[in-house]
Amino acid sequence: MANQTTAKSKGADSVQPASAMSVIAPALGWLIPGAGHIIQKRWIRGALLFISVATLFVLGLMMQGHIYKANGGDILDILGFIGDLGAGGMYIVTLAMNGGQGAIAFAIADYGTKFMIVAGLLNFIAVADAYHIAIGKKQ
Amino acid sequence: MTIQLTHFSAAFVFALFASIVFGITHRDTTREMVRYGLYCFAMFLGGILVAGWAMWLVRR
Repeated sequence: MANQTTAKSKGADSVQPASAMSVIAPALGWLIPGAGHIIQKRWIRGALLFISVATLFVLGLMMQGHIYKANGGDILDILGFIGDLGAGGMYIVTLAMNGGQGAIAFAIADYGTKFMIVAGLLNFIAVADAYHIAIGKKQ
Repeated sequence: MTIQLTHFSAAFVFALFASIVFGITHRDTTREMVRYGLYCFAMFLGGILVAGWAMWLVRR
């Protein structure tokens, strides 16, 4: 019992208390994919995350994929919106430029729509990773 | 500007970039990241090929 308590306290020691970085890194990482890593000096990881998420999102747009909006109504539209929202700044810019208005009339446009949703979901994972680095849970 | 990808090339691009993100976010050391990324990529592409052949068999 005592050993378990000691082991737990050692594990807790490795996690740093909440700092400004634990808020800034995820927020910045959401807005610009990979930026949460770059701000913490994980240059290569940040660059690879940016290239991966941005390429998937842009390819989705070029394949005439559809961007979901908040007022979709249908449950699947809401789920699509949550996925798209993960892309952060790219989603906001695309909406502002009135992009992603494809009607999903053919297979490639459907792939493009899924590309953009997955880009957002992958960015959510990257944001969580940036947070774990900021609190010292991961190197 | 529009782009037309085939089914396989779309799946290949998807597998490549999803594997990179999975590798970076799911492992701690660089070596483990590369290995896990390659593993995910192989599983994605392997799954695509197996599913493709399975559908071909069902269709016959």
